Amino acid sequence: MTKIIEVEHLNFRYPLTEGRPALNDVNLTIEQGEWVAIIGHNGSGKSTLAKSLDGLLPLSADSGTIRVAGMKLTEDSVWDIRRQIGMVFQNPDNQFVGATVEDDVAFGLENIGLPRDEMLTRVKNALARVRMTDFADKEPARLSGGQKQRVAIAGIIALQPQIIILDESTSMLDPNGRIEVLNTVQELKEQENLTVLSITHDIDEAANANRIVVLDDGEIKESGTPAEIFQYGERLIELGLDVPYAERLKAALRKRGAAVPTEYLTEEGLVDWLWTSHLKM
Amino acid sequence: MDITFKNVAFTYQAGTPFESQALHDIDLTIADHSFTAIIGHTGSGKSTLVQHLNALLKPTSGTVTIGDRVITPTTNNKNLKPIRKKVGMVFQFPENQLFEETVVKDIAFGPMNFGVAAEDATKTAQRMLDLVGLPQELSDRSPFDLSGGQMRRVAIAGVLAMEPEVLILDEPTAGLDPVGRRDIMGMVERLHREQQLTVILITHHMEDVANYADHVIVMEHGTVVKVGAPRAVFQDVNWLQERQLGVPETAEFATALQKRGFKFSQIPLTEAELADALLDQLPGEAVHQQHDE
Repeated sequence: MTKIIEVEHLNFRYPLTEGRPALNDVNLTIEQGEWVAIIGHNGSGKSTLAKSLDGLLPLSADSGTIRVAGMKLTEDSVWDIRRQIGMVFQNPDNQFVGATVEDDVAFGLENIGLPRDEMLTRVKNALARVRMTDFADKEPARLSGGQKQRVAIAGIIALQPQIIILDESTSMLDPNGRIEVLNTVQELKEQENLTVLSITHDIDEAANANRIVVLDDGEIKESGTPAEIFQYGERLIELGLDVPYAERLKAALRKRGAAVPTEYLTEEGLVDWLWTSHLKM
Repeated sequence: MDITFKNVAFTYQAGTPFESQALHDIDLTIADHSFTAIIGHTGSGKSTLVQHLNALLKPTSGTVTIGDRVITPTTNNKNLKPIRKKVGMVFQFPENQLFEETVVKDIAFGPMNFGVAAEDATKTAQRMLDLVGLPQELSDRSPFDLSGGQMRRVAIAGVLAMEPEVLILDEPTAGLDPVGRRDIMGMVERLHREQQLTVILITHHMEDVANYADHVIVMEHGTVVKVGAPRAVFQDVNWLQERQLGVPETAEFATALQKRGFKFSQIPLTEAELADALLDQLPGEAVHQQHDE
């Protein structure tokens, strides 16, 4: 496995703020092809961490080091690093810059001065990958939120980065839009060996990850598989995540005296456990 | 104040080549003091429907009766102000509409617009801060320095400051984290209970429908396809899932259990109800008597 993101002793304080820093001695290594969900309550430092990786925040001498795809983040390398990272933000309307869907996907490619022929091919491919080909000449006003986010993702994969960061990208979408976007990312990740970093409050999005990292007050508090983190039950609410349904039902059963298993169960797992117990009657 | 729709249809840009029918054959009543949830896919007509509730839109045919006012296709646009005052509308992401220098000025803007003197409007605004659970210390802060959840409360306070009888909320928890969502819904529930407000909630969260609403309207393709109490509407889990509308997680889980042979006299809607129903169906050794706490 190749380490694609290596963060060592990262510190950051927003200018003119007192009190605790936004990030405090954060150490994090992410392997290529991994999907890592970063959770934490509002103000825990999640977005600050994502922005630092993309070189969007001014780092000072005592900030620590960030390596992306083997390159140390400096003023000189920041442009090369940004080519390796695509970010999808929260509000679908704030990141649509083109007059039509295909113009929007082409925007990033024009910026890097790609020859026109190659640009046309890449736009076409990218739209096909997110299943938005039929909308190529449509205006943004004709699209749903989920479709806009998929166009934003097309704009990113057209640039062929190795890493995609989802910064609460599904939080403003309706349930269908959320599923559309997550399925698209999952597919792309598998086909392209993309590394995905998703900052989220959504339990389904976190469940998709290989690993969940918990940030609290600018520090990494826990890190583990979804099954390990989901065992926290009610505590998850403080960490900015919903409690998985199976854990909620287990808590309600436990309160009524049922000897439910303590380890994390998926919903199917809990159905099985209940069924097996029921058979013993 | 009841609101009644009789045979309502609405067409955007009627009589032009761009006309598109958004609502048709709508008959419904929203009772005084009810907590009504409107559910349906994006594009099913929910937002067009609620804009008829305070005469922001007038029906293309049929009538909408709001209290004692009857709105028809030919109703004059003048004199609609009293309706707008009685029916307060909180749009999606209402914090985008904040604009004043201070929290109190922003909340007082509505009443002043309706002719209330500055001093009285300020007093009302301060009262509204309590109502939405924000500390008075925030009065003179810029609304833009607040957190997302707080900004949303200020925006809701601005609508409450007109002292409406009916409060319409279009996805009031969209984009908030779980704590923010729980706090806002708790606040809405309290307003409904303590201020006797009629609440109309547009939502995709079926848990909220199950937990708070007493009346559900299901919209599809521009018309109402089901109406009833949440318990009745959610009994038909397959019907809702075929329409990809979703059901409360408990209902979904209980359906999975039914397929394996568990029996429920009716589909439970909350985990407490499901847990109660399950206890009788688990063997003695799996259930101890209450633990010593």
